Amino acid sequence: MADAIPQEISALSFEDALKQLEMIVKDLEGGNVSLDESINAYERGAQLKRHCETKLAEARMRVEKISLDSNGKAQAVSAEIE
Amino acid sequence: MMDLFDAPPEPKAEKKPASNLPELTVTELSLVLKRTVEDAFSYVRLRGEISGFKRAASGHMYMALKDTDSVIDGICWRGQASKLSVLPEDGLEVVVTGKLTTYPGRSKYQIVIESMELAGEGALLKLLEERRKKLAAEGLFAEERKRPLPFLPQVIGVVTSPTGAVIRDILHRLKDRFPRHVLLWPVMVQGEGAAEQVARAIAGFNRLPDGGKVPRPDLLIVARGGGSLEDLWAFNEEVVVRAAAASEIPLISAVGHETDTTLIDFASDRRAPTPTAAAEMAVPVRTDLIAMVKDMDRRAISGLNRQLQETARHLEGLGRGLPKPDSLLQVASQRLDDYAERLGLGWQAGLRSLEQRTALAGSRLRSPREVLDHKAERLAGLGERLNTALNQARRQAERRYEDRRLGERLDQAFGRIATDGNRHLERLDAQLEALSYQNVLKRGYAVVRDENGQVISTAEAAHAAGNGSVGFQDGGVDVVFGAGSFADVITKRTQPKPKAKAKKTEAAKPDEAEAKPENRQGSLL
Repeated sequence: MADAIPQEISALSFEDALKQLEMIVKDLEGGNVSLDESINAYERGAQLKRHCETKLAEARMRVEKISLDSNGKAQAVSAEIE
Repeated sequence: MMDLFDAPPEPKAEKKPASNLPELTVTELSLVLKRTVEDAFSYVRLRGEISGFKRAASGHMYMALKDTDSVIDGICWRGQASKLSVLPEDGLEVVVTGKLTTYPGRSKYQIVIESMELAGEGALLKLLEERRKKLAAEGLFAEERKRPLPFLPQVIGVVTSPTGAVIRDILHRLKDRFPRHVLLWPVMVQGEGAAEQVARAIAGFNRLPDGGKVPRPDLLIVARGGGSLEDLWAFNEEVVVRAAAASEIPLISAVGHETDTTLIDFASDRRAPTPTAAAEMAVPVRTDLIAMVKDMDRRAISGLNRQLQETARHLEGLGRGLPKPDSLLQVASQRLDDYAERLGLGWQAGLRSLEQRTALAGSRLRSPREVLDHKAERLAGLGERLNTALNQARRQAERRYEDRRLGERLDQAFGRIATDGNRHLERLDAQLEALSYQNVLKRGYAVVRDENGQVISTAEAAHAAGNGSVGFQDGGVDVVFGAGSFADVITKRTQPKPKAKAKKTEAAKPDEAEAKPENRQGSLL
């Protein structure tokens, strides 16, 4: 269970992962999937959940200010607001 | 006025000097003035503040327009008054259009108002409205251009002033809800060049490449704090509206307060009433999401467990329903044992039963002699029983006879019957005697009979008989009934003739009465 999250899942946006997780939970709660399917679904649900948690844990405030260099190219520099 | 009258009388004296200046009447002058004014000011736009506004019963509107130094009367005829886009009221700064005219009766001039609009802001709003219509006609504000905001953006680009409350409000709210990577593109938000800067910033964010050194935002917020219409004007500029409409990155506009609407709001994908609200639209609340994920995790586990339990229960139930192989065999082997045992016992029992039946049949078989003996025995027995029964019957009969003294009783009964019969006979005889007609005859009566001895009781019968006899107590006499002569009698005897009348008693004649004494005797016996 503690395997790395497959690429297919880690590429999902938080919202999509959450939706899939929700569907899996509903299926499991409905109890109308076969045993094998339900175990697979649960494994996938656990991966989705970890992915979501990772995304949620990423919450880090970083504020940068854009400045343009001599060529008019945008550069981001850390900014202190407040 | 008084001065005029108080003026020294001298001028009167010099009133003479003639002049070639034509003399005008007041009315003439008024008309000239009127024409002049109306020709020169047939269409003017006039800005001023309304005062002394009133609406006459006739429907005309009267007011004065003034600025700091001057005042002019204004009038709006009923027909125009109803078409005004602005409802006049005192203190309102308006721009009116109309023509000037004079009112000769009062030596006044006034403006006849044909249209009215709000001055200042009103003019800007009108411009704004026209611009909005133009851009809307281009389809920049079309509903189908609006894109959904990302549920959880990774990088948020903010276009606003780097100073001031707006960026701080946004960052605070983002931190509260879900801290994100924020790229601020600092711009001036009002004044000369502000619109161009904002437009460039929007376009600049859109030009950032995916995966470049500066991360490309997946959501833009264009924000500015509250202000007057003029302060917010940069966000009404066409260049800004076009940049917002062209942005490939979903864009939230948050300009001014809730009541302020700028043209960028029409072009953006979402309009936030305030910068803080824009931050709320931009990101969901992280703690809610954590709770949601945790809840779903819990539900997934319990759902899986429930399903496992149910499957296990179902399996168990099915297993219970499955009979044990042992028990299947047990029944069969028991039956086998049973039959085997019965097989062993069966032939013996069958043999035994046959033996028994043979013995029984043999025992029932009799030799002829035995049969004869048996019959003889029975015959002897029967004979004996017959004798015995006979003796017994005889004895019984004797006994009965003796017991009942039948002989004696027979004699007695017979004697009794004989005496009774005699007695009865005597009695009957006496009665007979008493009842006998003999006695009647003794008293003098006679009985008439025909030749055959039958009693004749009527005259008719006597005539029919022709002859007969009359019985007396001591014997009968033959008579002929109704005969006139002996000849008749003879005739009658040979060839009987009817109709011979005779009376039963008194008609009887002695010869007739003697005719048949034997007949009487015969009839008696």
